[in-house]
Amino acid sequence: MMSGSAFNENPAVIAVAEKVLRAERIDFAEARVLYEQASLFTLGSLAHAVRLRKHPDTIVTYVADRNINYSNICVCACRFCAFFCPPEKAEEQGGYVITREELGRKIEETIALGGTQILMQGGHHPDLRLEWYEDMIRWIKETYPSIHVHAFSPPEIVFFAELEGLMVKEVIARLRAAGLDSIPGGGAEILVDEVRSKVSPNKCSASRWLAVMEEAHYQDLRTTATMMFGHEETHLHRIEHLFAVREVQDRTGGFTAFIPWTFQPGNTNIKVTPEPAPGYLRVLALSRIVLDNVDNIQASWVTMGPEIAQLALYYGANDFGSLMIEENVVAAAGVSFRLSRADIHKIVRAAGFEPRQRNMTYEFIDPQPEV
Amino acid sequence: MLTADHFARLGLARIHDAVLAGERLSVEDGARLFACNDMNAVGALAHHARTRLNGDKAYYVLNRHVNYTNICVNGCLFCAFQKEKAEQPGAYRLSVDDIVGKISDHDGMPFNEIHIVGGCHPTLPLSFFEESIRKVKAAFPSIVVKAFTAVEIAHFAHLEGITTLEVLIRLKAAGLEMMPGGGAEIFAPAVREQICPRKSTADEWLRVHGEAHSLGISTNCSILFGHIESIEDRLDHLDRLRRQQDISGGFTCCIPLPFLTENSLLKLPAERYGEHNGLDKLKTIALCRLMLDNIPHIKSYWVMLGVKTAQTALYFGADDLDGTIVEEKIGHDAGAQSDQAMTTVQLDEMIRRSGFTPVRRDAFYNPVQSGASACGCAGKGGAA
Repeated sequence: MMSGSAFNENPAVIAVAEKVLRAERIDFAEARVLYEQASLFTLGSLAHAVRLRKHPDTIVTYVADRNINYSNICVCACRFCAFFCPPEKAEEQGGYVITREELGRKIEETIALGGTQILMQGGHHPDLRLEWYEDMIRWIKETYPSIHVHAFSPPEIVFFAELEGLMVKEVIARLRAAGLDSIPGGGAEILVDEVRSKVSPNKCSASRWLAVMEEAHYQDLRTTATMMFGHEETHLHRIEHLFAVREVQDRTGGFTAFIPWTFQPGNTNIKVTPEPAPGYLRVLALSRIVLDNVDNIQASWVTMGPEIAQLALYYGANDFGSLMIEENVVAAAGVSFRLSRADIHKIVRAAGFEPRQRNMTYEFIDPQPEV
Repeated sequence: MLTADHFARLGLARIHDAVLAGERLSVEDGARLFACNDMNAVGALAHHARTRLNGDKAYYVLNRHVNYTNICVNGCLFCAFQKEKAEQPGAYRLSVDDIVGKISDHDGMPFNEIHIVGGCHPTLPLSFFEESIRKVKAAFPSIVVKAFTAVEIAHFAHLEGITTLEVLIRLKAAGLEMMPGGGAEIFAPAVREQICPRKSTADEWLRVHGEAHSLGISTNCSILFGHIESIEDRLDHLDRLRRQQDISGGFTCCIPLPFLTENSLLKLPAERYGEHNGLDKLKTIALCRLMLDNIPHIKSYWVMLGVKTAQTALYFGADDLDGTIVEEKIGHDAGAQSDQAMTTVQLDEMIRRSGFTPVRRDAFYNPVQSGASACGCAGKGGAA
């Protein structure tokens, strides 16, 4: 059914599609009709129409940043993760905590490549205290004042709060006072507890993830939201995830972007074949259509490769994600694409768009040399 | 939504109507589609044509590839596989027994097609190939032998001093049932002169296929794109294939092959290098489907395209993923990144999750019983 021709859509699909084209909001049941019954090209063309309504200039943005993982030592043991090292095996499995020296070197390399921010996340380390994170941020901001610190996904913040016996809002306030600029949307996986209890039982619940973001938004920190799909969730769980994000965004408006990406099963404890590219494109397009209150949708070349990410620019994505000077987590699952700034520009231009580097709040920054 | 109005705004109203009515597109129509940036519009048209011809089926075949030699007199610039001389490091030639051995020396999985191609070897006589086919057929009577590109056929004829038709008659008598589509590259003489000056001309390639069709040997065809050719050259190529098919009717499948730059001697203009050709690949596959209205199947050759682009190509006109290929050499020598083989379970699941119905086929696209019952090895490579 869903592989049918775009010229034979059923009346239910056509009715929802017309609603989308009239810029009206669609509800869960309508999203389900599109997701389950519309052809790939109907979904794509609707998503592209929404994208062009929000971003009429055919510009595709990207950020230049580096994923720095301050530690791989983690008590969570999520089944989808190929990166973590359990604390008791830190010695023999290469567990690490980043040193100032190494952190400084990584930031300097980032700046040298025209990077503007660091995305810093890590495992749930049982022994690092909140002061350690505060000191680290203060040091970064003092040493490299121009660098935007985009750090600590909601599960990390919940973990810090539990470890310190503090409220989430106190943790956010302290990190913000130390210099935290924004919060990445990681650790969302699928925002449905039935799924989380299977794939990441030791990580915060869906409602807590959303509550952290809501609180961050109230404290004027912008954040992104992600979705990792293609593991043990159902199609309906994916749609539930989108609506959970939309609901928070209605209240706060604090999400700058939504980033759906596919689970990479290599070296993990979830044995599935990777989500095929057409499945990724359907989810991406549905995200653009449902999340009418989120400005930006990112393509994921890191998981899908440059060719599908290029096509994603016609399935709702207006942003090419990051130049990603360093990436470790997806690479640990055996998937490592590499793109230079010149590659990204070429890919975007060949698709008929103009590339522009941006910062975390999607303001354009001055053109950088194409190295 | 992809309404008639949407196509009218793109200047594609007539093309939209023609595709929906199942009418033939002109070369000018093809040029307009190539120039269109709206991937959903182009893709939807190709998918419509594909759906009309092949429904929601996505075919694959259990096959074996044997490359009998890499020694080749042609020296095509884009080829990373060939060796000029037998003395060069890495040069090899299989014996007849090696060829049969390559096919038997496997995991016991049942397969339906043998694909035998090789370089244009300076001395191997036609009798070597007749014997090879006879021995393969004797060892595997139910397996279809698909062998020798038109370029090899022309080379055999040249070495033997006989006509290509005589070569084909002799090989057919030995058991040849089908021919692969390789060697077509791009038909435009100016391009051929630069990339493969010693290879058969376009006219010769098409004539050999026409002769094969006249003998009841069905064949595939191909297009090698993304090198120094222009869009006009691609469309000219598709138009020549379509005209040949109108005359002789024996093409089963067209295989669009993206040029892999990595290990090639052919140097391209700088702007052609890079990771930015994904949309061009999908659009070219879509144009193959839309222009070649008289050729039943379009292949999404996952070894060359990569798995993710190959899956997506099933929506851009392709209906066949080729198959589990053991020892594919030519594409990998050129720098193809894909794994060497997929299991039928992986292929089945990938096709289903991409939205299609997997059909295991034989060389002629007849559905065949899936592996599980045939080999009694369900759960370990046998298809469900």
